[in-house]
Amino acid sequence: MMRYLAGRLLRAMLTIFLVVTFAFFVLRLSGDPALLIMSVDAPPESIAAFRQSWGLDQPVWVQYLAYIGHALTGDLGNSMRDGRPAIQLVVERIPATLAITVPAFLLKIAIGVPAGIYAALHRNSLADRLTMVLSVAGFTMPSFVLALLLVLLFAVRLGWLPSSGADGIAYAILPIVTLGAAGAAILARFTRSAMLEVLGQPFIRAASAKGLPWRRVVAEHALPNAAIPTTTIIGFMVGTLIAGAVVVESVFAWPGVGRLLVVAVANRDLAVVQAILLLVAATMVSANIAVDLLYGWIDPRMRQVPR
Amino acid sequence: MPQPLIDIRKLTVDFDTGRRIVRALHGVDLAVQPGEAVGLVGESGSGKSVTWLAALGLLGSRARLGGQVLFEGRNLVGSAVAELEAVRGACIAMIFQDPSSSLDPVYRIGKQLGEALQLHRGMAGTAALAEAARLLDRVGIADARRRLGDYPHELSGGMNQRVMIAMALAAEPQMLVADEPTTALDATIQAQILELLQEIRRDTGMALVLISHDLGVVAENTDRVCVMYAGRIVEDAPIGTIFAEPAHPYTRGLLSALPELTGPRRRLVAIPGVVPEPWNLPRGCSFAPRCAAFEAACEAAAPASVEVAQGHWAACIRAGGRNL
Repeated sequence: MMRYLAGRLLRAMLTIFLVVTFAFFVLRLSGDPALLIMSVDAPPESIAAFRQSWGLDQPVWVQYLAYIGHALTGDLGNSMRDGRPAIQLVVERIPATLAITVPAFLLKIAIGVPAGIYAALHRNSLADRLTMVLSVAGFTMPSFVLALLLVLLFAVRLGWLPSSGADGIAYAILPIVTLGAAGAAILARFTRSAMLEVLGQPFIRAASAKGLPWRRVVAEHALPNAAIPTTTIIGFMVGTLIAGAVVVESVFAWPGVGRLLVVAVANRDLAVVQAILLLVAATMVSANIAVDLLYGWIDPRMRQVPR
Repeated sequence: MPQPLIDIRKLTVDFDTGRRIVRALHGVDLAVQPGEAVGLVGESGSGKSVTWLAALGLLGSRARLGGQVLFEGRNLVGSAVAELEAVRGACIAMIFQDPSSSLDPVYRIGKQLGEALQLHRGMAGTAALAEAARLLDRVGIADARRRLGDYPHELSGGMNQRVMIAMALAAEPQMLVADEPTTALDATIQAQILELLQEIRRDTGMALVLISHDLGVVAENTDRVCVMYAGRIVEDAPIGTIFAEPAHPYTRGLLSALPELTGPRRRLVAIPGVVPEPWNLPRGCSFAPRCAAFEAACEAAAPASVEVAQGHWAACIRAGGRNL
């Protein structure tokens, strides 16, 4: 088990390292921050000075080695915009993002899982079809479209909720609902198919043949087995808690990590973009490890660890 | 004639596939006496399993049942779910073709046995554990107590079938329906499992319905055999009779497709044609297009079952009265 975990962690580090490296080179090759931040008409001397002070005059691989060297000591560089440490800028934004992504995550589970289970248990009923229609609508509609529709209805037409900003709980409701609806749709669909798959298994019929009441067959045999694939999807959703709200935060002007990312990319604020990507990679990878460990816990067949 | 344990009368099953309604059983009559061992033989799709799944109400909401299944004077067809649940497992237990996927993969064997013991005998805790171990021991699993902690994927198919049998025995049922219990197992394991079923039957006096596509298996393990074809029982006779004097052309076809150990070597004869699809049955007798003794009258109507000799029934217009 320890060996497995060590190998898994090593792979996780490698993944993060590759993401960081890729981000580093793509960002350096896709535009000159000096020109963007200083503006094109700035005197050539100041641009040169800017380049020198941020080390942009060095060859890319020298910059890269320096960056990795610093990153290993926990220094992810400073924002080119306001000079503060990039990591600090990002960390400041995390609570705001979590304030909408965590409730949205709970909303997804609270709606998606029961809806999927209900639909599967009442396959082909009106309720099942309705759930699936809503589900298809929910995950095919881009989140900015849903966001705009919700704003149009609840902010513009009914005037019940504010359309954007972050001035209290009321401001969080529409972003949470937007995020939650899409996730609930995906989860409902996934839970339904996982349940249907399990309900078709011979052991379900065998449990009924044993004389077990249907309620207990569902609760004790169908649900635990359907939980195995559903856990994967929920695990991926945990991975998107930090980075999954980029669009929604932009639409609602919500001051979270996602919006910081959009602004930082637009400004070529390299250190900040890299810090966010590192954070995103780390959460995704940790969520995946957590899912793998959880698998072993709920599925005994997974406990024999491959060597 | 003593009172049968279970008496299936004119049982029909229709499946609603959404597009059309397909009749899978066309009026099955079958009675099983207490302690009797009956074999049910036929090709896949002939309705062997469906008959018993229907009797226990295990076919789900897409199946519509007709006719009667009389058990202890009650008709199980159309009876309340709670009533069916009280019969399932407790009075009539069932084991299935694929033992490894008939056990829940996420629970230990002990827990699954315990579930049956709790359900039918109200046992829990150490008493249930001890009884579970005794049952595993009873079905020939060595080191039973340790096996209780195993998961189904850690056991072989044969072992899992023994576990299924142990679970069926938990409620001390009056009858066991074994649906192709050895089809998924090796030949040596197959013999052991069948031997075990015989042994249990001798000890408990439980009735056995053995569903199989293998006439040989049925001949060695039952007293009486029912041959099914396209959703009907076409012949019902004591084992000795069916081999000596088969009355239905389909049964004769099955027998001539079997190799013989003694006597001169002969070519095995296959029945020509294929089993008709349930939604595309021929007119009259379903076997008519494949029958060697076909005549025009066969297409008039599905032949009723007639008693050829005492205890020997066949559904063929040539059976009984006329010789072939």
